[in-house]
Amino acid sequence: MNFRLKIWRQRSAEDRGRMAEYPVKDVSPDMSFLEMLDVLNEDLTQKGEEPLAFEHDCREGICGACSLMINGIAHGPERAATACQLHMRHFKDGDTLTVEPWRAKAFPVLRDLVVDRSALDRIVQAGGFISVNTGSAPEANGLLISKETSEKAMEAAACIGCGACVASCKNASAMLFTAAKVSHLALLPQGQPERAARVKKMIARMDEEGFGNCTNQYECEAVCPKEISVSFIARMNREYLKAQST
Amino acid sequence: MAEALDAKTPSGPLEAKWDKRRFELKLVNPANKRKFEIIVVGTGLAGASAAASLAELGYGVRVFCFQDSPRRAHSIAAQGGINAAKNYQNDGDSVWRLFYDTVKGGDFRSREANVYRLAQISSGIIDQCAAQGVPFAREYGGHLANRSFGGAQVSRTFYAQGQTGQQLLLGAYQALCRQIALGRVEMRPRAEMLDLVTVNGHAKGIVVRDLVTGKIVSYSADAVVLATGGYANVFYLSTNAKGCNVTAIYRAYKKGAFFANPCFTQIHPTCIPVTGEYQSKLTLMSESLRNDGRVWVPRVKGDKRSPHEIPEAERDYFLERKYPSFGNLAPRDIASRSAKEVCEEGKGVGKSGRGVYLDFAEAIRQVGAEGIRERYGNLFDMYAKITAENPYQTPMRIYPAAHYTMGGLWVDYHLMSNLPGLFVIGEANFSDHGANRLGASALMQGLADGYFILPYTIGDYLASTGKRKPETDHPEFKKAEEEAGGRIRKLLAVKGKRTVDSFHRQLGALMWETCGMSRNEAGLKKALQEIPVLREEFWKNVKVLGEGAQLNQALEHAGRAADFLEFAEILCHDALHRRESCGGHFRQEHQTAEGEALRDDENFCYAAAWEFQGIGRPPVLHQEPLAFEHVKLSQRSYR
Ligand SMILES: Cc1cc2nc3c(=O)[nH]c(=O)nc-3n(C[C@H](O)[C@H](O)[C@H](O)COP(=O)(O)OP(=O)(O)OC[C@H]3O[C@@H](n4cnc5c(N)ncnc54)[C@H](O)[C@@H]3O)c2cc1C
Ligand code: FES
Repeated sequence: MNFRLKIWRQRSAEDRGRMAEYPVKDVSPDMSFLEMLDVLNEDLTQKGEEPLAFEHDCREGICGACSLMINGIAHGPERAATACQLHMRHFKDGDTLTVEPWRAKAFPVLRDLVVDRSALDRIVQAGGFISVNTGSAPEANGLLISKETSEKAMEAAACIGCGACVASCKNASAMLFTAAKVSHLALLPQGQPERAARVKKMIARMDEEGFGNCTNQYECEAVCPKEISVSFIARMNREYLKAQST
Repeated sequence: MAEALDAKTPSGPLEAKWDKRRFELKLVNPANKRKFEIIVVGTGLAGASAAASLAELGYGVRVFCFQDSPRRAHSIAAQGGINAAKNYQNDGDSVWRLFYDTVKGGDFRSREANVYRLAQISSGIIDQCAAQGVPFAREYGGHLANRSFGGAQVSRTFYAQGQTGQQLLLGAYQALCRQIALGRVEMRPRAEMLDLVTVNGHAKGIVVRDLVTGKIVSYSADAVVLATGGYANVFYLSTNAKGCNVTAIYRAYKKGAFFANPCFTQIHPTCIPVTGEYQSKLTLMSESLRNDGRVWVPRVKGDKRSPHEIPEAERDYFLERKYPSFGNLAPRDIASRSAKEVCEEGKGVGKSGRGVYLDFAEAIRQVGAEGIRERYGNLFDMYAKITAENPYQTPMRIYPAAHYTMGGLWVDYHLMSNLPGLFVIGEANFSDHGANRLGASALMQGLADGYFILPYTIGDYLASTGKRKPETDHPEFKKAEEEAGGRIRKLLAVKGKRTVDSFHRQLGALMWETCGMSRNEAGLKKALQEIPVLREEFWKNVKVLGEGAQLNQALEHAGRAADFLEFAEILCHDALHRRESCGGHFRQEHQTAEGEALRDDENFCYAAAWEFQGIGRPPVLHQEPLAFEHVKLSQRSYR
């Protein structure tokens, strides 16, 4: 397969950046999107042009590092998949593929397709945890949690922190990310003591970091590689209201 | 031969050793703890759990990782589960049984006292993680669920769907976040450790490269903890994340820390086979699949029919045939080698012929597709995404891949290396798994080290040596900074013709061929000749573009590949010296009549710890003799 790539190049945070065009040839349909970019990078290096910077690590959809806007869709056209899990067989031979970084005020571009997502870490630091020191845990089966509750919590906890939700939202809102953590912990009995304080602190932090508001576009759910449901946003809103009154 | 290494294992009965030692350990006065500063490199299960626990105790902690966030450490990718001797299933598990299984599974090349401690601590890990909110799988009654995993005959594995590593890591990461918010941990992501700094023989700091600005910066501390994971990427293709590297522990080795058992590497039997030249990594299919999947190949070689057209009678369920009592659950090394053998006989399946079937047809008949989806849904989806085949209908194709490294820096019972003040935890140390790790035991070990062992033992070091943190203008720091900077300039100055990736791939292929699933003298000698040649070519002909003072991923990879090119030699050296087969180290010259690993306890019942003598010079061997007082040395038998 052959493709024409239009890719965002930006030398540093200060650089203004531009779209560059590159052809890629002899791509195997079994290659992942990132492997296709590897091939491009080998090619660029051979030609003396600096390779493209993009984030990746696990290459199996769990670390949340890869973060590419492909043809205007966060992680590309394959549903419930990260860019590293997207295979070239999903494109047509001869296609033009546009690749851009996540765009959001809270995610400044560092170089090419690499952005700074540390704002997401700071939302978790604001309260996305259960305060239990090492050593002070009770016997695990002393606390029974129904299978249903535990599975629901797991659905929310499955978030990989990639930021696709933010990138796809026209308001650059981090509601789905934040709601997933708030819900995971609010659903579980262990999370009750800090429940009200947690949601208030995390939302306050989210706002401070410059993420936008949620206007129910549901783009976040559509691109989430872990298919995290927007119903968690509704749950977080309820949690927040309740917390205000306590 | 140098003097035997002393692991400083406590005396007394096995069951009481850890208790006794904890009592003997010196304590740091609570008011003094905040005066001590500790560096933790790595935020995987081991590093994150250690850093959070140390900060809770009141120490000042500085943490580093090369990813953009501590949550992305490679531990995130662990799928199957974590072991603990809870005996919740009432199936006869106990601390003793987990200890026994681990020593035996490790083919008698681990330290009994460490393994026993690990088994003792295992239960507390589950309690800790559950309290953090890790959403473990549950039964209808609300109790924690278990499954049996990777060769265990009891159900002692706890799991969170197929994302156990992710959930455990997020638990530890969240504990770490809490300490960051409290100001007790200073977190430095996107920072790569390039050197260890020792002052008067004690580890007192590190030199790192800021991966965004390219600045080389020193940090000093009262003690240094390395939790930087394993080195399976020496094979280039492995199940590890792309960034996994040997750099941190290799640099410590060059500063005098001993590297133990580097040749103990684990090949995982159930990975998706290689499809082409461009392949950048291999994807693991969790071993739990072997609970329900049956492994087979066609009976006759070169049979190219589709699996559906091959009748039962013409299939060879080779694991069930060779190992009737363990069958498809035979340990990893055995399952991997068996797959390699049948492929070498020409019975392999798939385009490349390097694959065997993992078939769920019978399990689907028994519990229905729904039942299988409930157990393995996400794994099946992952397989379908990668291969574009539907595993509910067509058997999966799997092949072994490099996965885990049992070797690592040598540590004593306190997890301290031979360099005082340098602690090594998680996959980075040579650890408790001997020559072969059991499934679901790496997560257990990483968290045991980080939550429950290191926080005590490091206190003993600090209390005994007192506050000794040097300033970073000390000449040793300046020297290390200059060296690190010089190496980067050198890499950029080569301006050769070949990419970093091409060298790394070539090294990987050589290692896989000569020092992979099975090894022999001729192959290892060949590798020891070829590695230095490749390394020389690398330094003459590598092409790294861009500058040092910027985000430069090719430069990062170049530094890591350069270290692999040196380290690979130590690995082969160790493999050559160990003239026996044990666990993941299979020397073709040493096998039983049935083709099983043949140990030589008389001559090799020790951990081999290597001391650096200069690049390309053979390292010096130090031995830690291993005594088996509680589990009788015997040949593993899974038949
Ligand atoms: C696909 C897969 C599945 C697995 N499944 C299981 C399972 O089900 N059960 C089980 O028990 N085990 C499993 N394992 C093994 C287990 O996941 C690992 O052994 C374990 O997670 C390692 O943890 P760690 O904390 O030692 O290191 P890692 O999680 O690898 O963390 C290393 C850390 O060190 C940092 N680092 C590395 N080098 C540097 C450097 N030079 N400078 C700065 N920072 C550095 C990294 O940024 C990272 O934060 C699996 C492994 C793989 C590959
Ligand atoms: S590289 Fe880890 S999710 Fe894509």
